[in-house]
Amino acid sequence: MGMSVQTVLSQVMLGLNNGVFYAILSLGLAVIFGLLNIVNFVHGALYMLGAYVALLGFTMLGPLLGKPDFHLNYWAALIVAPLVVGALGVLIEKTMLRRLRKFDHLYGLLLTFGLALIIQGVFTNYFNVSGDAYDGKPESLSGVVDLGFMLFPKYRVWVIGISLAVCFGTWFVIERTKLGSYLRAGTENPELVKAFGINVPLMITLTYGFGVGLAAFAGVLAAPIYSVSPVMGSEMIITVFAVVVIGGMGSIMGSILTGLLLGMVEGFTKVVYAPASSTVIFLIMVLVLLVKPAGLFGKEA
Amino acid sequence: MKSLLTLAALAATLVATTPVMAAPPKEVVSDGVVKIGVLTDMSGVYSTLGGKGTQVGVEMAVKDFGGKVLGKPIVVIGADHQNKADIASAKAREWFDNEKVDMITGLLNSGCALAVQKLGGDKHRITMNTGAASTDLTNGAWTPYSIHYVYDTYALGKVTGQAVVQTGGKSWFFITADYAFGQSLEGNTSLFVKKLGGKVVGSVRHPLSSADFSSYLLQAQASGAQIIGLANAGGDTINAIKQAREFGIGQKGQKLVGLLIFDTDIKSLGLNVAQGMQFTSGFYWDRDNATRAFSKRFFDIHKAMPTMDQAGAYSATMNYLKAIKAAGTDEPDAVMAKLKSMDISDFFAVNGKIRIDGRMVHDMYLMEVKKPSDSKGEWDLLKIVKTVPGDEAFMPLSESTCPAVKK
Repeated sequence: MGMSVQTVLSQVMLGLNNGVFYAILSLGLAVIFGLLNIVNFVHGALYMLGAYVALLGFTMLGPLLGKPDFHLNYWAALIVAPLVVGALGVLIEKTMLRRLRKFDHLYGLLLTFGLALIIQGVFTNYFNVSGDAYDGKPESLSGVVDLGFMLFPKYRVWVIGISLAVCFGTWFVIERTKLGSYLRAGTENPELVKAFGINVPLMITLTYGFGVGLAAFAGVLAAPIYSVSPVMGSEMIITVFAVVVIGGMGSIMGSILTGLLLGMVEGFTKVVYAPASSTVIFLIMVLVLLVKPAGLFGKEA
Repeated sequence: MKSLLTLAALAATLVATTPVMAAPPKEVVSDGVVKIGVLTDMSGVYSTLGGKGTQVGVEMAVKDFGGKVLGKPIVVIGADHQNKADIASAKAREWFDNEKVDMITGLLNSGCALAVQKLGGDKHRITMNTGAASTDLTNGAWTPYSIHYVYDTYALGKVTGQAVVQTGGKSWFFITADYAFGQSLEGNTSLFVKKLGGKVVGSVRHPLSSADFSSYLLQAQASGAQIIGLANAGGDTINAIKQAREFGIGQKGQKLVGLLIFDTDIKSLGLNVAQGMQFTSGFYWDRDNATRAFSKRFFDIHKAMPTMDQAGAYSATMNYLKAIKAAGTDEPDAVMAKLKSMDISDFFAVNGKIRIDGRMVHDMYLMEVKKPSDSKGEWDLLKIVKTVPGDEAFMPLSESTCPAVKK
């Protein structure tokens, strides 16, 4: 297979497309780890949950309400799913994670990992593991656009655009605004920030809700591309954790850039030697950890 | 000299008869129970087309048989091999050594199937494979205790490959799952494509259970091949077909051909996306009254129509139990002899026969996905385009490399 400019450019686009999912998910993980010091293993399951909110909202909500013609459309799902999952996140934080704050990271990891298994198990029991098709993709986003070097589905262009906007928007809020500075200060020294009259526990709860809301948002974006299945999150989360480790735990910009970059590396691998595409990210992880244990963008502790 | 000969003859007779006389009275049913293990993918990419549904099929057969054979109870157990050959192998070993399992069925995923079948051969236990596809199971990896029941990559490649090439699909590009099954399917299909004057312009191998196929699809598109052959299964095939449609591949000039497709895949894809696709199957629930009657009963339990793996598991179990009854024992050699000599004929297998290489030969069907406008119900998905007699669909013994086949 010759590597023409055209091939390279199309693989860059496809890699970017996968990369934005890695970026948006690892961003959520980084935000949560940065502010709560929790390795949020339930992230993949909540990403899956977001996709299911979109799917079930489209297929089952109408009949459930007694109005068979009612569908929760795609645009509404983009807002509703993060809210629903964010609310669930708030509940998880308030009832469970909060109790683990004074213990080692490991307890939070175990709790969230357990939650992920439970959620995934329940969904595996009720839904088709090989996936259901989401038919709610809006008409305005179907079809392909000619990028000059390839025909690219309109929907994927939208996904790349909106994801980049959300990622950099989040980075801006956390790193460049007053609200963001409260958040960062709250993790450094909660007592001092409290002394300024800021409700730190509430801030932490909402941050967790926001982080998992991002996962649900990615889930809705993914629904029309991949099959909506109970295992979509667990397949994704392992790669995403590798991305976070490579980028450096807790680094916001690091997680975004690493996500995009590794999406593209994976894309190239699919052309050069496809069977290695599922392992190349882990190979990079090993190399990065050997050379720079804190990750590409992480600060040495 | 004469007395020496007599002595020798006497000794020979003694040697020949002693073991029989010395053998303890045989247990009719080993351990007082016939235990059937369903070992398959219960949670991964293949679990919808096999999984719990395969166990449902086996349990239905046991119930229909009356729950007892030769006066002893029949027990069914199941486990998830997670598509990992080492887990499959460890579980099967535990079952054979400690759980007294007499026969293992299901065995989706050729990698797992090959591992368990080899173990069955070593331990003298029967494996009746309903899920996996590799032709290696009846050739190099054959054991005296292995049966390959439902379909294989030879039949899939031959029936579908011929149908496609004969309607003008001469140049092929394969998107192949990178393990025993995908390679076997690609290999077998290529053979028939080339035999009929077609050519294979390239292929790409992807890891099992991939979410994103767009890169492979673009490579296939760039190859300029008329036919993009999907040598994968389950969730992988579904994702590939969906994403091909998204990129507008398979609509103008190029055609997408799924080499192994199950009813449940079509259900996931929806008729809109899948309509017009042709593929090969060993069973379809809506073929005749007998298949419909079984499938309705299955549906009431499992809430989905049976795939060929699931219906095949029923048939395999039923015939295994019949063979035990006919042999008057569950001793594997006797049961295998019966299985290979009896006619396999039920709702699932038409004109079925288990050959010396363990291949269950029966009619196969070339299927086509219906247009949404022709579908009259949720599971009214396919029509049978052509029935291919087993002897034409499966590998003839003359091509076999099975050690039991004498040339």
